[in-house]
Formats: sequence, structure tokens, C-alpha cells
Amino acid sequence: MTEAASPQDSPARGFLTPEPGRGGLASWIFSTDHKRIGLLYLTCIMTLFAVGVCLGLLMRLKLMTPGNTIIAPQTYNAAFTLHGVIMIFLVVIPSIPASFGNILLPLQLGASDVSFPRLNLFSWWLYVTGALVALVSIFTGSGAPDTGWTFYVPFSERTTTNVSVAVLAVLILGFSSILTGLNFITTIHQQRAPGMSWRRLPLLVWSLYATAWIQVLATPILGITTLLIFSERVLHLGLFDPSRGGDPLLYQHLFWIYSHPAVYIMILPAMGVISEIIPVFAHKKIFGYKMIAFSSLAIAFFGSLVWAHHMFTSGMSDVAVLVFSFLTFIVAVPSAIKVFNWLSTLYKGSISLEPPLLYSLGFILMFSIGGLSGLVQGAAGADIHVHDTYFVVAHFHYVIFGGTGLGMFAAMHFWFPKIFGRMYHRGRAAWAFGIIMVGMNTLYFPMFVMGLEGMPRRYYDYLPQFAHAQFISTVGSWVLALGLLLMFHNLYAGLRRGAPAGPNPWGAATLEWSVASPPPKENFPEPPVVSKGPYDFAPREHHV
Amino acid sequence: MPPDAKHSAPHILSPGLLTAVWGALVCLTGLTIALARLDLGFWNAVAALSIASVKALLVILFFMHLKYENRLLKWLLGLACLVLAIFIGMTFFDLAYRGLGTP
Repeated sequence: MTEAASPQDSPARGFLTPEPGRGGLASWIFSTDHKRIGLLYLTCIMTLFAVGVCLGLLMRLKLMTPGNTIIAPQTYNAAFTLHGVIMIFLVVIPSIPASFGNILLPLQLGASDVSFPRLNLFSWWLYVTGALVALVSIFTGSGAPDTGWTFYVPFSERTTTNVSVAVLAVLILGFSSILTGLNFITTIHQQRAPGMSWRRLPLLVWSLYATAWIQVLATPILGITTLLIFSERVLHLGLFDPSRGGDPLLYQHLFWIYSHPAVYIMILPAMGVISEIIPVFAHKKIFGYKMIAFSSLAIAFFGSLVWAHHMFTSGMSDVAVLVFSFLTFIVAVPSAIKVFNWLSTLYKGSISLEPPLLYSLGFILMFSIGGLSGLVQGAAGADIHVHDTYFVVAHFHYVIFGGTGLGMFAAMHFWFPKIFGRMYHRGRAAWAFGIIMVGMNTLYFPMFVMGLEGMPRRYYDYLPQFAHAQFISTVGSWVLALGLLLMFHNLYAGLRRGAPAGPNPWGAATLEWSVASPPPKENFPEPPVVSKGPYDFAPREHHV
Repeated sequence: MPPDAKHSAPHILSPGLLTAVWGALVCLTGLTIALARLDLGFWNAVAALSIASVKALLVILFFMHLKYENRLLKWLLGLACLVLAIFIGMTFFDLAYRGLGTP
């Protein structure tokens, strides 16, 4: 395993080569090259991820011991609200589609760019504007928002903190997401290379396609909902106020109509990443290609019909509770199809346990625990017991951090040599993975136990019976942070000094691996003609 | 060029047809106002939303020329409308049954 390189080993820099006549920063923030835009997203997302992690660590540090410790209750409320808003709207929702989706979609389709490159750049600018407005909401007005990321009424209408500006930030971010989705749908329909039939699309593309539809169809409802909160706060219309003929449950419906499908915006692209990585490192054609592609669409469709399972204890009608509970169980079927097909792909494969596969296996484990714990909450009776407890927090973090987070890290390790043309230290990457897994489970698993014992989420203080588990959970957060630091340090060192990786270090078969690393600005020197599937591997050779 | 990239030719509608559609929209608006004056309970919302959907369909088909676009675009818009109908329908489904069956 040779990772160190001398300066003369520097690979050609492809799209990373500075553009003549335009300054360093300007050549990035005004570039319409999908790869540069993808890297802009990746940089912003990872920076904001660091902010979200710090807020999470702060909360865990406060919760290490009971009582009034390092931060005041109001600061704690602001911390969990900001942690949620930043992680959900600025990190996880755009994570894989906006960064790796942008970088890889045209490459995997055999195209030179997305259909609307300027719109793509505009999406990024909207994202940055939304992020800045979110920052403004923290430091202006009468205090940072303290509602939690869900902005539930009536509290969000009445609190004096800066909720109005925060919901405007979410509105702007929503537009960014819609435009990216629109761009991806059009690109997949219009920009496929000759021979790239729907049955030859890489599974990442299928998952991005399903995700893009959710972005286009569900995100406008988030936009409307945030505008309604804004109107309520400014104009006092009484839309959600029962004393004036409004309905507070209508808010919850509107919010979750978007925000539950948003969970699938978060997880589907990660599933696409895993579907790309597993066949490469099992060196075997993916098992059940059509069913994995179909299950992405099925998750997108059925996932849009289950939103009210967040509302079982809200006073919603019992008939609706039964219907939404039933529909929730249906979503488990396409999710299970994917997991079984991944495992079947690994079965009797020629497995190379490289870092991208390690993160993918981590994804399968954590997503399975998170997904199955979701069924506990999807069951209407059991949900009465665990609703709004740490059980929900544990479930969500297993799915989103253990799922989407590890999927994102898997993508970073898989496509790193393609994007930067260099290889990171694979031994250190494996160590980082191990530490992250230990940290993640130590941090979140005690929350399942605390939740079942009745520990409510978002509480500033707790009863003495939870002290041990809270302490263990906080120690887990430190281990997790250590693993993350090691992982990012290793990737950064690879970026600076890693050995040249060559065009196809993993022996993958999708189109992005057929061009140089980093890819040239125009992607393909000659327009490609596709004559085989994305998982038709060449006989195994010795790679890096 | 992929098979779905067919482009439809520009289409110019006659003033008569455009006026007829406009007339239908005005009539439907009048119907909405008339129905709002009757107390139909839950069905007030159903009637108002149904009429609004028909009006939107007329605008999309004729003023926005969907009637003359290719099949893919019609399917895609149909899917979007279906999803919107499900969102609205299932939200009102809760409202319709709320308070029933609880002591």
C-alpha cells in the first residue's frame, strides 16, 4: 500500500487546472462546470457539518451530568434548534445530490454537463444565500430560534426569537433544492450518451432521479409552509389558531408532507452510492439491478404517503392513524429489497475490503438498525410509548448519520481518487472507520434504551436514573469526533501528498472511470458510445 | 439525442377558443362564489377544490399549451398533479374523520 508521493508524481489536474484570465476564487464561484459546482457544495456542506458537529458536541457536553451546567436552558434550546436546522437543511438534504450528484451525474451519463449549467450555479448561490440568512437569524433580532427544526405552531408563532428570518432561510434553501432536482430530471431525460438506455443507467443515477422527483414535488410545500409561518407571525392571519377558525394540525400536516419525503431525499442518494460501491468491491454484477432501480422509485412514491406517522399522538383522527401506520410498513418493503440485494451481491463475490466498502457495510448495519427501529414508531400503538423520546433521536441518527452520513463518507472515499487524482492512506481510512463506528454506536445506542425508559427528547435536564446512559453517550460523542478528525485529516493529507491514483484504481465499470483523474473540463474528449451495462466488469487485474 | 428529446412545434390558438376558455373560467369562478354561500359542511371544501382543479386544468391545457405538447410532458405533469391530489386528499381525509370514534 504505497500512499506517499514525490512532487514530480503530481497527476494532471484536469478540471482543477486554474482557468486562464480569471482569478482563483472567481474561477470557482462563477464557474458553470458541474464538477466545480459540486466541489463548491462539498466544501460548504463539510464546513457546515463541522459547525453542526460542534453544536452536537456542546449539547452532549451539557447533558453529561444532570443539572444546570455549562450552558443556560435558553442557549441549549437554541443549540438543538441550530443543530437541527444546519444539519437537516444545510448538510444532509443537499449532501450527496448537490455535491456528488453534481460531480458525477453528467459523467455517469456520458454528458458534458447538466442540462442547465447556469441554473445549476444559481442553485449554489441560492444555497449560500440561504446559509447566510440562517446565520443572520442566529445573530440578529431577539435571540436565535428556539423552536426545534420543526418550527411547530403555536410556539413558532408566539416565540420572540428570530423565527421569521430562519423560516425565510429555509424557503430560500428549498428553492435551491427544487432547481437542482429540476436540473437533474431534465439532464437524465435529455443528456444521456448514445447507447445509455434506461436499463444501463448506473444505480446512483436511478436514485438521483427518484430523489429529484421528491425535490420537485414535495419541496414547494415546504416553501408554502414557511411562508405561512411568516404570515402568521407578521400578519396574524389565524391559519393555525383554533380560536380564529384555524387548525394547528394543518401545520403539522403541511410540514411533514415535505419533511418526511425529505428523509428519502436524504437517504435515497446514499443508497445509490452503496449500490455503486458494493458490486465494484465484490467484483460481481449487482444482484437484482431492476429491482434496486424500481425500489428507488417505490421508496420515493410510498415515502411520500406516510408523513402523518409523525402525528400519531397529535389528536389526528384514528382512521388516519391506522391508514398512515399501514402505509409506513409498506415503505419497509422496497428498503428491504435493497438491503437483501446488496447482501446477495456480496455473496460469493471476490471481496476487497477497501475503505469505501467498509463504509458501505457500516451503512447497511446502521441503516438496518435505524430502519427497523422506525417500524417500532410506525406501529401506532408502540409509538404512543416512544413518541418524542430519545428513542426517536436514536432512530433518526442511526438512519441519517449512520445511513446518509456513512453513505456520504463512502462516496468520499470511493470517488476521492477520481475527483482529485490522488489516493489517501487506506490503512488510516480503515482505522477512522472503526473509530467512527465505535463512537456512533456508543453515542446513539444508549439513546434507544433511555427512550424506552421514558427520557423525553429536547429536555435540558433529566432524572438521576438516566445519568449513566447520558454519560456513556457523551463519551461516545468524543470518540465519534476523534474518528471524524482522523478521517478528514487523512483525506486532506491524501489531497496534498497522496500518490497518483490513475483513471480507475478500483476497477469500476461506470463511465466516470473511463476518463482521466481528475476528469478533464469537458468530461469526455470524444463523446462516448455506451455498449455495456454499468456493472459488466472486466476480468480482475491487480490495481493500486 | 435521446428518444424523449422530441420537440413540439409552436402552436397558435384562435381568439375564439381563448375567449371560450376565459368564459368557462369566469363561469367557474361564479360557481365557486355561489357554492361558498351554501352550507354543505365538509363538501364545501371538496366542491371548491374540485372547481379550482378544473380551472387549473383549463389554464394548463389551453393557455399554457399542454394540449399540444408531447406525451412525456403530459405524463410528467399528470404525475405532479396526482401527487398533489394525494397530498390534499389525505390531509382532508384526516379532517373528515377527526373526532369520530373517540369517546
